[in-house]
Amino acid sequence: MKIKLLNGCEASAEGAISAGCKFYAGYPITPQNRYPEYMSERMEEIGGIFIQAESETSSINMVFGAAAAGFRSMTSSSSPGISLMQEGISYLSGCELPAVIVNMNRGGPGLGDVTPSQADYFQSTRGGGHGDYRTIVLAPWSCQEIHDYTYLAFDLADRYRNPTLVLGDGLIAQMYETVRIKPQKRRFAKKPWAINGCSGRKPNSLKSLFLTPGVLEAHNWKLASKFAKIEKREIRFEQYWCSDSSYILVSYGTCARIAKEAVQRAREEGIDIGLFRPITLWPFPYAQLGEYIKNAKKILVVEMNLGQMIDDVKIAAANSSARIFFYGRPGGGIPDPDEIYREIKKK
Amino acid sequence: MKIIYQRPESLTPATNTYCPGCGHGIIQKLIAEVIDELELRTKTIAIAPVGCAVLSYNYFNFDVTEAAHGRAPAVATAIKRLLPNRIVFTYQGDGDLAAIGTAEIIHAAARGENISVFFVNNAVYGMTKGQMAPTTIPGQKTTTTINGRIPEIHGYPLRICELLSSLDGVVYLERTTTSDISGILSTKKAIKKAFLQQMENKGMSFVEILATCPTNWKKNPLESMKWVKEVMEKYYPVKVYKNPSGTEK
Ligand SMILES: Cc1ncc(C[n+]2csc(CCOP(=O)(O)OP(=O)(O)O)c2C)c(N)n1
Repeated sequence: MKIKLLNGCEASAEGAISAGCKFYAGYPITPQNRYPEYMSERMEEIGGIFIQAESETSSINMVFGAAAAGFRSMTSSSSPGISLMQEGISYLSGCELPAVIVNMNRGGPGLGDVTPSQADYFQSTRGGGHGDYRTIVLAPWSCQEIHDYTYLAFDLADRYRNPTLVLGDGLIAQMYETVRIKPQKRRFAKKPWAINGCSGRKPNSLKSLFLTPGVLEAHNWKLASKFAKIEKREIRFEQYWCSDSSYILVSYGTCARIAKEAVQRAREEGIDIGLFRPITLWPFPYAQLGEYIKNAKKILVVEMNLGQMIDDVKIAAANSSARIFFYGRPGGGIPDPDEIYREIKKK
Repeated sequence: MKIIYQRPESLTPATNTYCPGCGHGIIQKLIAEVIDELELRTKTIAIAPVGCAVLSYNYFNFDVTEAAHGRAPAVATAIKRLLPNRIVFTYQGDGDLAAIGTAEIIHAAARGENISVFFVNNAVYGMTKGQMAPTTIPGQKTTTTINGRIPEIHGYPLRICELLSSLDGVVYLERTTTSDISGILSTKKAIKKAFLQQMENKGMSFVEILATCPTNWKKNPLESMKWVKEVMEKYYPVKVYKNPSGTEK
């Protein structure tokens, strides 16, 4: 097994390559410029295709083409670029095409800044573009996880024929950690729907346009049953000390990793607090979190934004009488463990 | 008995829903005939973006994918790079290619993507029912220029062939017309030449085709053909802008 020292962009890119990604298109944007740079070298080495596109709009539509042709393909960007991709992501979902999009979330709105943020939670988990669709969202907290989850994202995208997001941030994009590289994936499910020339078969067509009355509605119901299946099968989360705690801190991504240190410290001082960490932000672990907070008295949601995941926590807490508090750092602010520890004590 | 004419295999038997006298039906048939003649049907992939073009997946009898408005050249870029042995073409309207998708076409051309582009210029936004297009002619009435396009107010039309002719990545660039039989026949020749260029891996081959939109021009089909000839061909010269090296003019 290969172990390498990589930053989050490189770790994610290696996860993609291990998963059989053969196509990358992207456009430079901080804090993930290393991603296209690294991919430009690696795609050449593995005989894949790298294209520096003229915009993120073009990147996502190139990915659409690559996915339509039946290849594992991806793009990466950061918040403003991801906003530009939303129409394309909607088309991917409408045409049921698998693709992976990595967002190294930075501060917004507008041009914002280039520091870590979680302000794209709503955009990521509610579809983001137009129409009734969802994307699977995986939120890693380490370089190892962004490697593993990028790999997983390709499998999930293919399994459900739907775009899948890996939601990192400026912190994970730029920090270096050792990463165990996954072995190269060699066996892939067939894609009989791909647009690759109709030799020996009937022509295929890919579309999201259904003008005949009722047909689009039927298509949407079909997508809905797929989304229901994903909600049933693909929920991922982690929890620490939640079973015996009356106080639960809920956080995700790098923010959860910071919060874990604060929770540990509070526990050492006798506070019975646990950490619940959703890994799939969609599908959100409503029932699982609901179970842990059933008898809780207090819930503290910590995010690097003005409070977005807290809406999902409230849905999960529908049957709980716990009081829900929020601590957030919007606009690129990163909390440190001391600060979260103080918040834990204050509530 | 001998068959002297039949529907090309590259067209499905579906009845097309284009308006009477619409240029799309003619042009799609020409493309299908050429693909049959070159025996490319099972190797061909078409990208049909938003606009009346999008409906062509009902009519082309080979692999077709939809694309978002303006983005067909980006979609085609990826498909051709990954499947260099297939024949890949985009089929785009003027709103699609010359307004919302200008960045995509210019950059695909600049990169010299080895694809063929068929650009249907009908001087109007057809599918959305007749608004001004980037190629609307000065004086032409549309639903957003009810007194006619006034360049001082609405800007000047884009001449796409002229614009693309400065780019090294484009190897073959021609504007043709569908205003009469000889124009239609030269359009077919140009389509064939475009595919042949692609088969030789030369770079982008681009054919702009002047076409009618009787419904939105509020003219009957015959008047529409006449308008293409008398008005559009004046503003948009029908000629070869760039010829691949090694072929005669
Ligand atoms: C992002 C986006 N903007 C606008 C539209 C609406 N729209 C559909 S077709 C069209 C115009 C197409 O005109 P053109 O490309 O000239 O093709 P034609 O229909 O004339 O063949 C527009 C504006 C859309 N579908 N998507």
